Amino acid sequence: MLLIHNGRVLDPSRNFDGPADVLIEGERIARVGPKIEAPGAERLDASGLVVAPGFIDLHCHLREPGNDPAETIESGTRAAARGGFTAVCCMPNTQPVNDNASVTRFILDRAAAVASVRVWPIGAASKGSAGEGLAEIAGMKDAGIVAVTDDGKPIATAKLLRQVMEYTRPLDLPVIEHSEDASLFAGGVMREGPTSVRLGLRGIPAATEAICVARDVQICALTGARLHVAHMSAKDSLDLVREAKRRGLTVTCEVTPHHFTLTGEDVVYDARYKMNPPLASRADREALLAGLADGSVDAIATDHAPHTQASKEVEFDRAPFGITGFETALGLALEALVHSGRLPLARLVELFTSGPARVLGKTRRIAEGEPADLTLFSTEHRWTFRAAESASKSRNTPFDGRSFRGGPMATIVAGRVVWRR
Amino acid sequence: MSFTFRHLLGTEALTRDEITFLLNQSRAFQGIQKQPLKKLATLRGKSAVLAFFETSTRTRISFGTAAARLGADTMNLQAESSSTQKGESLMDTVRTLEAMKPDVIVIRHAASGAPHFVAERLGIPVINAGDGVHEHPTQGLLDALTISDRLGRMDGLDVTIVGDILHSRVARSDIHVLSKFGCRITLCGPAMWLPPEIVQIAPNVRLEPRLDPALRGAQVVMVLRVQTERLQEPALPADEYIRLYQMTPERLALARPDALLMHPGPMIRGLEIDPAVADSPQSCVLEQVTNGVAVRMALLYLLTGGAPSGAAAG
Repeated sequence: MLLIHNGRVLDPSRNFDGPADVLIEGERIARVGPKIEAPGAERLDASGLVVAPGFIDLHCHLREPGNDPAETIESGTRAAARGGFTAVCCMPNTQPVNDNASVTRFILDRAAAVASVRVWPIGAASKGSAGEGLAEIAGMKDAGIVAVTDDGKPIATAKLLRQVMEYTRPLDLPVIEHSEDASLFAGGVMREGPTSVRLGLRGIPAATEAICVARDVQICALTGARLHVAHMSAKDSLDLVREAKRRGLTVTCEVTPHHFTLTGEDVVYDARYKMNPPLASRADREALLAGLADGSVDAIATDHAPHTQASKEVEFDRAPFGITGFETALGLALEALVHSGRLPLARLVELFTSGPARVLGKTRRIAEGEPADLTLFSTEHRWTFRAAESASKSRNTPFDGRSFRGGPMATIVAGRVVWRR
Repeated sequence: MSFTFRHLLGTEALTRDEITFLLNQSRAFQGIQKQPLKKLATLRGKSAVLAFFETSTRTRISFGTAAARLGADTMNLQAESSSTQKGESLMDTVRTLEAMKPDVIVIRHAASGAPHFVAERLGIPVINAGDGVHEHPTQGLLDALTISDRLGRMDGLDVTIVGDILHSRVARSDIHVLSKFGCRITLCGPAMWLPPEIVQIAPNVRLEPRLDPALRGAQVVMVLRVQTERLQEPALPADEYIRLYQMTPERLALARPDALLMHPGPMIRGLEIDPAVADSPQSCVLEQVTNGVAVRMALLYLLTGGAPSGAAAG
């Protein structure tokens, strides 16, 4: 038994925000209420801390199988635990691609053996994510995937997307789209704008994303399947999602901490500022913040994308896209969204918990009988993120050395404290 | 003033005073070009690496000539023969070059920002000899030297640059230099090569996609090289470019009668420039080349630890 006492329980799924204790027995929550007496229980003092449902990350790259030097399921989930995440959805663009049940089972077996937090694999939509035939989606669903995607790129054609969505609808799996028009993207390395022109780096216009989101929404309407748009970075894309929601379509979307924290103007000749989608314009960032506040955005997702130093420390043009994100996500979100006064704390917690859970057709609550996955965090604790001390095997983050007000303090998965600051 | 910077990565970060100082230093080396014996011993015992990761003839020879006239040794690396073809990273290549203990490294690279990446990690001065479509700072300085010698001043001139602005590192370096002297800069070319955001990189920059209005009243006309591979990419027919943008005597006549005609080279006669314009008395294309050697001598001299020349100021 574990008693978490003196905390502020914040559960957006049932609009609860107040002092309460949580008693865990085994892997589940046994009781939630004021001043629980539990003689003999191990005690975790949560004074001054928020006790939230376990955070879910809808979008990360754990790189295993195939790229162990950058990350493994073991190292990646340790970093996730340090970021307060209790479950992470790993993208299928591994080597081999997770496009059949045996790869899915490999990931889940590794996770059962070494992972600090729950690993929910996402399967490829097309075979090898190559954009031709369908992957073995039903087989992967039986093995345990929670969604399908060809992340890294969009599902290649409208026709294939239609087939994927028709096929997944009865399976009740969301289709996650990395929305981008390939011809307009071609060769770009950062958002097109004053900074790309000044630095002489090839620009990617914001329309690259919106064009593809428009396509994706049309196919969603045609098929009635669930569409989730990954890492939104532009106002026009967000407006398309907003409009689709108004029409009653099953469309959801996520935004990353780096897209609501930084802008294209922050880019320098340092590949730690190179990610896809690229950092947005100020106006687009402002629109994302508005979308996070007004409910148009369903989840904050990290797009944790580790890369080895050797691959990332090269000319900007040659570097791969992506930055690590688990350990800085909550600190950045508190800074940009809550301390700035833009969002109430309950909404922020929703974006990390019941929001992403809903995208996957799951729930996330602090209530009797629920799995004991909890994230304890502080809104005030001062700390500095040092990439060299990260649990991730990779160091590719622009937030090295950044100081935060508030962040994760303890992560509990299935009743077990997997990390404590 | 004193010379305080360690590298020359671009003209954007230079102040007006620093540019003036560099031009004065360059003038000290102009005279040597006219002497029968052009070699100094100033940098004897020093060495420069010319690391050209992208093919170049003119700029490489210009730097090589500048180093030779100062008495410095040069070591050449060319992309075709380099280990970058064998998969070695840029960082490993330049660390290897650094281990040979040169006093300065001159870098030409197809990736914008590559010299900045190297400069942050090396212990020796870096000169950018052209990075991607970002900057070509020695070209910007030699253009400024040519203009100020020919016209006797640089302040407040009307300058028109014609060509593929989007992909021109020369245009960016020239804009940053000239704008600091209050020049009004008109950029002209097919609209897909005129990014609207470029007016934000420096004050007093405007766009004019039509050539005739862009040329009216100009005191300096710079014609950029049209890279034929760029003509293919958006499939702009060369004939169309010639019809709309080739610098002809009739068009040049729209500028001031004493306007300078400049071109960073290599020129393609009959494409972006009519041969009659290239050879006209207004053309200062060859002076640009000569001044390039002087500017590069000044930079090699200053960055390898030479004291600012007293004679230079005079």
